[in-house]
Amino acid sequence: MKRLIGLAAAALALCACEKKTTSPENTTGATPQPAATTAAPANPAPSSDDVWRVGEVGSLSGQQATFGQSTHHGIELAMKEINDAGGVKGKKFKLTTYDDQGKPDEAASATLRLISQDHVQVVLGEVASTNSKAMAPPCQNNKVPMISPSSTNPEVTAIGDYIFRVCFIDPFQGTVMAKFAHDNLKLNKVAILKDVRSDYSMGLSKYFTETFTKLGGTIVKEASYSQGDMDFKAQLTELKSAQPQAIYLPGYYNDVGLIVSQARDLGITAPFMGGDGWDSSKLYELGGKSLNGSYFSNHSTNQDPNPKLQKFIADYKAAYGEPPDALAALGYDAMRVAADAFARAKSGAGPDVREAIAGTKDFDGVTGKITLDKDRNAVKPAVVLELQDGKQVYQTTIAP
Amino acid sequence: MSEFFQHLVNGLSLGTIYALIALGYTMVYGVLKLINFAHADVFMIGAYTGLFSARAIGGEGEGSYARAGAVLVISMLVSAGLGMLIERLAYRPLRARPRLTALITAIGVSFFLENGAQLLWSPDPRRFPRLFESHTFFLGNTAISSMQIIAFLVAVAMMAGLQYLVFRTRFGLAMRAVSFEPSTAALMGVPVDRTISITFAVGSALAAGAAILFGLQYPRVEPFMGLMLGLKAFVAAVLGGIGNVPGSMVGGLVLGLAEEFVAGYGLSSYRDAVAFAILIAILILRPEGIFGRSVAEKV
Repeated sequence: MKRLIGLAAAALALCACEKKTTSPENTTGATPQPAATTAAPANPAPSSDDVWRVGEVGSLSGQQATFGQSTHHGIELAMKEINDAGGVKGKKFKLTTYDDQGKPDEAASATLRLISQDHVQVVLGEVASTNSKAMAPPCQNNKVPMISPSSTNPEVTAIGDYIFRVCFIDPFQGTVMAKFAHDNLKLNKVAILKDVRSDYSMGLSKYFTETFTKLGGTIVKEASYSQGDMDFKAQLTELKSAQPQAIYLPGYYNDVGLIVSQARDLGITAPFMGGDGWDSSKLYELGGKSLNGSYFSNHSTNQDPNPKLQKFIADYKAAYGEPPDALAALGYDAMRVAADAFARAKSGAGPDVREAIAGTKDFDGVTGKITLDKDRNAVKPAVVLELQDGKQVYQTTIAP
Repeated sequence: MSEFFQHLVNGLSLGTIYALIALGYTMVYGVLKLINFAHADVFMIGAYTGLFSARAIGGEGEGSYARAGAVLVISMLVSAGLGMLIERLAYRPLRARPRLTALITAIGVSFFLENGAQLLWSPDPRRFPRLFESHTFFLGNTAISSMQIIAFLVAVAMMAGLQYLVFRTRFGLAMRAVSFEPSTAALMGVPVDRTISITFAVGSALAAGAAILFGLQYPRVEPFMGLMLGLKAFVAAVLGGIGNVPGSMVGGLVLGLAEEFVAGYGLSSYRDAVAFAILIAILILRPEGIFGRSVAEKV
């Protein structure tokens, strides 16, 4: 009988977990989820608070693994520097990191684990917007502030007032490429190839189209693919027949590399254009020479002479043996912004930290000055880079 | 019009890959009445073997036909060995058990290979090296690369070789005998275990061949790459009539062409749906497949 009761209890607990993990799928976040909110008091935080507890969720493995690893290194480096300098208010930071393998459901359960088991006071992550949208509801419901280093989809911070980001958003990024294509490259016939399974890609395509057509250009053809596809030749053949001057491809590096090399096999010579999802050394490995002459918008470039950035690049190289990409820089800034907020907050409690993060103004980060607007988004300029033999060549900066 | 021919070329080159993988399903099913779900993961291991052996042979940049041939042979041998090993360890001990047991084991082996590969080589996608220089020819506006032509010819040669093996050799005779009635074949002096083992070896070698040809045209290798391709090749095998060698080839080509045309003419998000719609349609309309013969089962 005892065993039976135990089993029933376990089953009940399982059900409760089930409820909590599925709740983040409600991406609107409008309805409160009691199952998740009750989790916090049931698991009180340890009273001996000798550290600030920071949680991180990232794609350390999986389809977008370089994003997660760069971001993780950036966060780690920032934390080490802050701790070496004595921490904040005499307390050091402690990082707990979970891998979500690039999957939204894993991201949501990892976030819950950070909140209910590890009692973190702030959550950092994710890069991919789809995953950040899965992480935001548990953070919002448990009043734990979350800072996304580099999710650019507007809906991420719209989930609630505890969700922040230190990067610009897609409406701006899509606009940047449209302006660049029209003003700098003097193009007026562009085709679009978008990833139907990514919020990021769909968002960028939408804002690119809006701006580009407003400027007088035409989208001659639109086609789509799904993340992880191997064969893109059918779509590319279709785009080729429309004879675009360039193809806007707002996807992630692992697909982009394959798509561009298949396009060259089909005899498509038009340049490709993309967004910050291209920023990975894996891109050149997968795409090779076929990427030459293509452009993408990004958060920052290592060619920026800003001394703060240059010092970060040198430190990062010393620590990890390779130059940082923009995602590493944003991870670094996200951690710095969090530390800055802890220094100004009245206490380490969620609402106080939230208040402090929301008040971030003219924070001097390595990716530029960070001011959070009323929608909790950073307002920052973007850079456009050209790819030449695996190197990024700075083209221009476009301000919001 | 050039668009149509381009889709035709693309569809044929994708279809031959499906056909080569489908042959592995068909051979094993023909002999054992077992759907070897681990077959697609043998394909994946074949791709990784190709990747590593190309690196070991050297010269990341410049390729040659000799190097490509060597990589192909190494990869086929390794996969053949793996296929025999899987049969010996996972299927043979369960051969006397109900067929469902073997099916479940097959799925288990598939998971084991996928996750083992992820553990060993990390889930990061890698680039499959260009084994030889490819030139693109244009017929009007239709692009055909020498890589595609060579891949197509190699695939056709492999299929012809298999056809010869099954219908013109003593081993083929043994294989057909085992497929027909294993216990009687054994009484007639056919070494059943060895025949089944070699069937697995040949099927797995074909999967590795497909993996190399695939890697040349779609140069990305990752632990879960066999998942979707395997399902589609399975559909191709069912479409042509599972257990029927020429049927699988036709099934593969039909599926490849159907996918490219559907994806090319505006419905690119439905390309995976096409394969499974075909599967459902064939199961309802002609469960024995295009080339299959319906066999009345004794009850």
